[in-house]
Amino acid sequence: MQRTVVGQRKKRYDGLAHVTGETRFVDDVFIPGTLTVKVLRSQVVKGNIRRLDTSAAASLPGVEGIVTHKDVPNNAFGLVPDQPVLAETIRYRGQPIAAVAAHDERAALKAIDQIKVEVDEEEPVFDPQEAMKPGAPKVRPEGNCYMYGEHPCRKVVFGDVEAGFKEADHIIEGEFRTNPVEHAPMETQVSLAVPEGKGRLTIYTVSQSLLFHHGLLTGILKMDKDDLRIAGLAEKALHDWKDDVHVAFRSGTVGGSFGAKNDIHADHVTALLALKTGQPVKWRWTREEETLYSTHRGGWHIRIRDGVKRDGRIVARQVTSIRDAGAYSALNTYVVDKHCFMVSGPYSIPNVYVEGYCVYTNKTPSSSMRGFGVFPATFACEMQMNKIAAQLKIDPWELRLINAYREGDQTPTRRVLDSVYLIETLQACAEKAGVKLPDRLASMTSEKREGAA
Amino acid sequence: MPTLEFRVNGRDHRVEVEIDSTLLEVLRDKLRITGPKAGCNTGDCGACSVLLDGILVRACITNALSVQGGEVITVEGLARSGKLHPLQKAFHEHYGSQCGFCTPGMLLAAKALLDQNPTPTVEEVKEAISGNLCRCTGYVKIIDSIMAASKEMSKREAG
Repeated sequence: MQRTVVGQRKKRYDGLAHVTGETRFVDDVFIPGTLTVKVLRSQVVKGNIRRLDTSAAASLPGVEGIVTHKDVPNNAFGLVPDQPVLAETIRYRGQPIAAVAAHDERAALKAIDQIKVEVDEEEPVFDPQEAMKPGAPKVRPEGNCYMYGEHPCRKVVFGDVEAGFKEADHIIEGEFRTNPVEHAPMETQVSLAVPEGKGRLTIYTVSQSLLFHHGLLTGILKMDKDDLRIAGLAEKALHDWKDDVHVAFRSGTVGGSFGAKNDIHADHVTALLALKTGQPVKWRWTREEETLYSTHRGGWHIRIRDGVKRDGRIVARQVTSIRDAGAYSALNTYVVDKHCFMVSGPYSIPNVYVEGYCVYTNKTPSSSMRGFGVFPATFACEMQMNKIAAQLKIDPWELRLINAYREGDQTPTRRVLDSVYLIETLQACAEKAGVKLPDRLASMTSEKREGAA
Repeated sequence: MPTLEFRVNGRDHRVEVEIDSTLLEVLRDKLRITGPKAGCNTGDCGACSVLLDGILVRACITNALSVQGGEVITVEGLARSGKLHPLQKAFHEHYGSQCGFCTPGMLLAAKALLDQNPTPTVEEVKEAISGNLCRCTGYVKIIDSIMAASKEMSKREAG
C-alpha cells in the first residue's frame, strides 16, 4: 500500500510565505485612516472608581474617541462571564479603565495622561492560600473560590481512598509548587477593527479561538452575529466550517500564541472604539503590556498523599490542588477541571480522591497555557513517583511500569481505556536512553492486568 | 519635517520623517515594507533585524535619520529575480520557521553571518543568532537550516 501522508515529511503549507516575508500578520494589515489605541490601566490593585473624568482628554487635538465602562453594552465576558472589558471595580493592578483612539500614538498617550481617575482603595489579597481563609479580603463579592455547583472545588472521586490508605504499607506525601509563566509569543496582542457601515464590523484578530471569541464579542457588543466578521486564521484551514457558522473569515495568521490568545485581550476595545468613532482602529500591545497584563500560566500549589504497597503498587491517591486564577475566571475553571482529571497520571490507581480549587486573588488573570493545567499535574505526579521510588528503594522505571495503565483499566473519570501502549512506550524510551531493563520488566506487556475484570 | 533618502532592497526612497522616528517605523508605516516585525520595540527580540550597509542592525532602535544615504536589506530583498536565497530555501525545507514571526529577522541575522563567514561551526551559528528570539522552534531547526544553507552555498561556490 502506498502511503501518502503517514511517514511522509510534508512542508509547511505557509512555509514559503514565511521565508519571503509575504505572510501577513494582523499588524501588517493597513487600512487608510486607522486610529491608534492606548489604554489607561489602573495603578491601584483593588478598589472602586469614585471619579472618572475623560473630558479634558477628549478635547485634546488628535483624539477621536474615548470609551469607559459606560460605553460597553454588556460589560461582562468570559467562559464564566465575570470580567469587564473596562473596569468600574478594580481587581488587579494594570486593569484597563479607559481606552483612547487618536490619530497617532503621541496624541493617544497625551490623552491617557489627562484622564482623571480617583479610586477608593481596598485591601487586596495576593496569596491563594490566604484568600481561601475565612475573613480574607474578598476579591469577588461571591467569594474567593469558584463554585463547582455546590462545591468550592472540582472533585474527582473514584473507589474509596480511605479504604485504600488502610490497605497500604506506606503513606508517602509530597508538596509541589509551580511559578506563573508568561507565554511570551513573539507577536504581542494586536487587533484592528474596521467599521463596514450600517453598524457592521470586521475585526482582524490574533485570536486562536475564532468561533469562541466571535460569540463572546457579539455578546459584549450586543451585536447580531451576522454583523460581525472576524478575520483571523488562514482561509484554507477554516474552509469546511464556513457554511455552518455564518461568519466570513479572511486570511491572516498568528505570530505564536501558546495559549496566550485563547482569551480576548484587545478585540473588544478596538471594536468599541471603531463603533464609537466610525473609523478603523488598531491596538498593538507593547511587550511590557504583554508581559505584565496578558494572561499567563497561573501558579499551582499541589499536595499529594499516596498509599503504596510494599511492592510499589499505588493503591490510593489523594490530591489537593490550588490554582491561582488571579482576578477573573478566564479559562481557569476548565484548567482546573483538566488538571483534576489528569493528576493521578497514566497510572492505574484503584482509589483516587482529588480536590481542585480555582482561587481568585488580586492579580492579573491567569488562563490557558499549553495543556490547560496538565503540565503542572504531570510535573507533580512524576516528582511524586520519583519520591516513592526513592523511599521504597524501587527502580523508578519499575515503579512506573508496574503502575502503568493497561488495556481495559478505568480512569478515575470512569473512562475504560483501549489501545493502551504505555508499557511498550516506556520500554522503547528505556532502550533509547540506554537503560537495560531486567527481563521481568522487559517482557511486560499492556495486556489486561491479572485478576482484572 | 526632515527628509530621509535611502535605498531599500535596491530601490531609492525619499520620505519625510520625524526626528525621533525609528527605521522600523519608516519601513513599516511609511513604506509598507512589513517583513521586519515589531516584537518588542526595545531592541531585545531581533524580529526587526535588517542589514544596513551589510551590517546587522535592529530597526526598532535605529534612528531613521541615521540611515541617511544608506542601503537597507530586508527579508523582501533576499530573493533575487524570483529565486529564493539559499537561506530561505533551507529554512523552508528544514522547518526553520513555525509561526513565521521571527523568521524575517532570523534570516537577516543568518545572512549577516554567512556573508562574513561562509562555513561557520554550530557554535558560531548560535552566537550569530543570539540576538534573535524564537519562541516556537527551540532553535534546533533554525541552526539545522543555517548549516544546510552554508553547505549548499559552499557547494555552489566549489561547482
